[in-house]
Amino acid sequence: MSTFLGMPATPPRSPYGTGNLRGERTFPQAAHDELRNEQLRRNLGRATHTIRAKRIAVTGELPDWEELRDAGAAIKTDTMNRLPELLERLERKVTERGGTVHWARDGVEANEIVTRLVRATGSSDVIKVKSMATQETGLNEHLESAGITPYETDLAELIVQLAHDRPSHILVPAIHRNRDEIRQIFLDHIPGVDPGLDNVPAHLAAAARAYLREKFMTTRVAVSGANFGIAETGTLSVVESEGNGRMCLTLPDTLITVMGIEKVLPRYQDLEVFLQLLPRSSTGERMNPYTSMWTGVTPGDGPQDFHLVLLDNGRTAALADRIGREALDCIRCSACLNVCPVYERAGGHAYGSTYPGPIGAVLTPQLAGMHAAKDDPNSSLPYASSLCGACFDACPVKIDIPSLLVELRHQNTEQAGTTAEKLAMKAAATVMRNPKLYTAVQKAASLSRAVGVGGRDRTISRLPAPLDGWSDSRDTAAPPTRSFRSWLASAEGAATMRAAAEEGARRTADDRTGGERTADNRTADDWTSGDRTADNRTGGERTDAERTDGDRTADDLTEGDHQEGQ
Amino acid sequence: MTATARDTVLGRIRDALALAPAPAPATTVPRAYRTGRTLPDAERLALLTDRLTDYKAQVHTCTRERTAEVIAGVLRERGAHRVGVPAQLDERWLDAYDGEVLTDSGDIPAPALGELDGVVTASAVSCAETGTIFLDGSPDQGRRALSLVPDLHVCVVDLSSVVVGVPEAVARLVPERPTTLISGPSATSDIELERVEGVHGPRTLAVVIRTDA
Amino acid sequence: MRIGLFATCLGDTLFPEAVKSTAVLLARLGHDVVFPPGQTCCGQMHVNTGYQREPVPLVRNFAEQFGDASIDAVVMPSGSCAGSVRHQHEIVAERYGDAALRAQVATVKAKTYELSELLVDVLGVTEVGAHFPHRVTYHPTCHSLRMLRVGDKPLRLLRAVEAIDLVELPEADACCGFGGTFAVKNADTSTAMLQDKMRNVLSTGAEMCTAGDSSCLMHIGGGLSRIRSGTRTLHLAQILGSTRTAPFALTEAAR
Repeated sequence: MSTFLGMPATPPRSPYGTGNLRGERTFPQAAHDELRNEQLRRNLGRATHTIRAKRIAVTGELPDWEELRDAGAAIKTDTMNRLPELLERLERKVTERGGTVHWARDGVEANEIVTRLVRATGSSDVIKVKSMATQETGLNEHLESAGITPYETDLAELIVQLAHDRPSHILVPAIHRNRDEIRQIFLDHIPGVDPGLDNVPAHLAAAARAYLREKFMTTRVAVSGANFGIAETGTLSVVESEGNGRMCLTLPDTLITVMGIEKVLPRYQDLEVFLQLLPRSSTGERMNPYTSMWTGVTPGDGPQDFHLVLLDNGRTAALADRIGREALDCIRCSACLNVCPVYERAGGHAYGSTYPGPIGAVLTPQLAGMHAAKDDPNSSLPYASSLCGACFDACPVKIDIPSLLVELRHQNTEQAGTTAEKLAMKAAATVMRNPKLYTAVQKAASLSRAVGVGGRDRTISRLPAPLDGWSDSRDTAAPPTRSFRSWLASAEGAATMRAAAEEGARRTADDRTGGERTADNRTADDWTSGDRTADNRTGGERTDAERTDGDRTADDLTEGDHQEGQ
Repeated sequence: MTATARDTVLGRIRDALALAPAPAPATTVPRAYRTGRTLPDAERLALLTDRLTDYKAQVHTCTRERTAEVIAGVLRERGAHRVGVPAQLDERWLDAYDGEVLTDSGDIPAPALGELDGVVTASAVSCAETGTIFLDGSPDQGRRALSLVPDLHVCVVDLSSVVVGVPEAVARLVPERPTTLISGPSATSDIELERVEGVHGPRTLAVVIRTDA
Repeated sequence: MRIGLFATCLGDTLFPEAVKSTAVLLARLGHDVVFPPGQTCCGQMHVNTGYQREPVPLVRNFAEQFGDASIDAVVMPSGSCAGSVRHQHEIVAERYGDAALRAQVATVKAKTYELSELLVDVLGVTEVGAHFPHRVTYHPTCHSLRMLRVGDKPLRLLRAVEAIDLVELPEADACCGFGGTFAVKNADTSTAMLQDKMRNVLSTGAEMCTAGDSSCLMHIGGGLSRIRSGTRTLHLAQILGSTRTAPFALTEAAR
């Protein structure tokens, strides 16, 4: 029963200062340093270009790819609209099948639940399947502080963990490392590793296999995330490649799965859509090597103690945003990262969050807030995009990330109060809403050229702050001596247009085959007679233009406009 | 405590949906993508073979009566002297094999599974378009650990169980069964996004497709 | 057809040659080109930077200037401004406008086109009688490509230009890094994107890089000028507006 006691309250964001949803610096500050790392630029460039080509190939071979995207987007919309009933059903089904369901209001609570469950098993070690949710909550740090050692078993997560590094990609957390760096990390941190280890990826993978084998065989507790949770049946699913997932989901006695509440899907049948969308968008494979699906506890097969932790941590806050909630549809495929020109250059660390790239730039501020007035690094994330739209095209569930970015920018400016930028924007709008003022400013810009701005080569190479970042690597053309509108109103403009119209009239006459077209040669008159309706006054100004210079006519034009507009 | 968190989270969701109601009350999911596809045996076989091979699985085709011979050949070729089998695997499948066969009754500890040279299982369904084999824990497929820990997995696929696409395969599954989708041997793309076969799962996947079964 | 020309604030003020070429080209094709003189700016910069209240008067002005039913189509030599009119004006009107504005915006949106769309889709021409004996590469700007979905229309127009040596731009669909205020707020990242775009442009050996948006060309051209590459940028309209009798003449600084 859902009866409201009073007005609905806006759900809270992930608590400030917890988990990994906020960097220490703004995106431009962090990107400034990351961009100087030539190795990083090369690693990212190579990796993202490789994966792009694969994704294009395997999505292109499905003639119904767009229909799958439409279905995926609609299933997600449907899910969000029915979230309470779906979660309650998931809970009921998992419980019926011998699992235990826990709810966590935020990351801190999720960490506490997991730690308590691990402690109850008496184990001091856990093996982990790569999980965005537990990365988001900072579970590893929490477990360590409680004397429990988490072992990341995904190769990339292992690389990150061994190097005391941070993940920089949703799918491939060590994408910022190349084979030579990984070899060195293994040599430095894996006990008993072959000192003759080379940088061949297959050999590096074999070294990880040998290191983790014993952990898989002996550790009694595993922690995983989930790609999908099916409300209808209580089935959970993990999509992976290496088999570390299968190991963790199968061999231990106890399995603890932490899942964001938005990962629920209504029906088992929905897997037929997402098992096509996810692998092809993610690794660019027709299917990932391994997908595990389990429903509660199966006697004699796999962990006999299963816990599902359902995590909010700001998700309900995102859900309360009519536009922003679309970010919750994300299935963490990382296609948007791989196609993003900003991610490709700046890398994942610049975003400061578990969720980098375009989706991170819209998801992170919604989960953890922007607090624009306090110079929150998260308030810089919606601006970390040129709005090129490549992410929207790549998204398997059609999240309109550019529109979400624009929306979050708006929310940020609304929160930020009065800033210099806002005043400038207001001033610009004031000029541009008023054609007379606008043309006056245009004229001033043109005059700047006359007084020597731009010098002889008509180029400005140095601009003051905040435009200095622009002029550091780009020349700017000095404004031309005449705007389009003043040219159009000038004798030269009128003559040019008249000549073009006459040519057009001849062309039209030549084209005419049965008199079915109207007399388009009237166009020539438009530019000369000035007898047309109000929105074609340019022609009417021709006589003024002929007797004055081009700059004068701009004013004349505007004044004329106002007279006619009264 | 937990009950409180549950009520709180569900209450927040209801608040969120009240604050930002869906534009349309009900969303119908357009399912215009391809479902219920069929292809003749030869085409399903060719497609599955192509996709399995593409992801570095070994593919063998045979008739029912040659099953044992082909399986024995694969095991011999891989130097497998000791293999595990699920409790209800058709025992005739290993008639031609001269190595040791260990039948899993669910009590072999994981490290001991790791000492096996390989495992032979049947399969539930396969999807030709993606080269995916589905195991569902039936008695001829065994518990999940059995087909995971040994380094060689010989998997028998009957052509009658091969469907064209993912929707056709999902439709055949029993949701409550522990289900594993296998598409080639274990692999990773974690180093420079370059695909490498063979990490934690079986490094060799040999698929025996029985064309008359 | 009676076509309303929107010069765009950038085109009107800083890149008038592209607008002139657009006007002349359409007139030469036999169409009635009108320039509502009260026009100013579409407000794209405001919306993209996060300001939606401030551009309400701009959205209203645009709708008033071009709403006249005697105007059959509105054209602008800018993919991003056309994108703003078609995708952002309704957002602004919905949130901060009144019913009248929403109705006006919907009317104008339905008849607004970027230049290549107007030519190919509405006017049904790909061969516009242009002559342009230069080596050119084409950058399909992001908003044209992914917001308006102009597809290969600009390339079809370019391929039909007499004497042109059109060379393919590697990684053409990658953003040049402009993104309006992005180039100022994230100047370092923008510059990194620009460098890659310039490298690809220069690898073609083209004399000129063309596109359907003066803002992206200002960015690419500004970079090419800074490194003294010798390659310049030129709006698509200027190529389509060049003929044997009125060939392209270098009237702006090389950028």
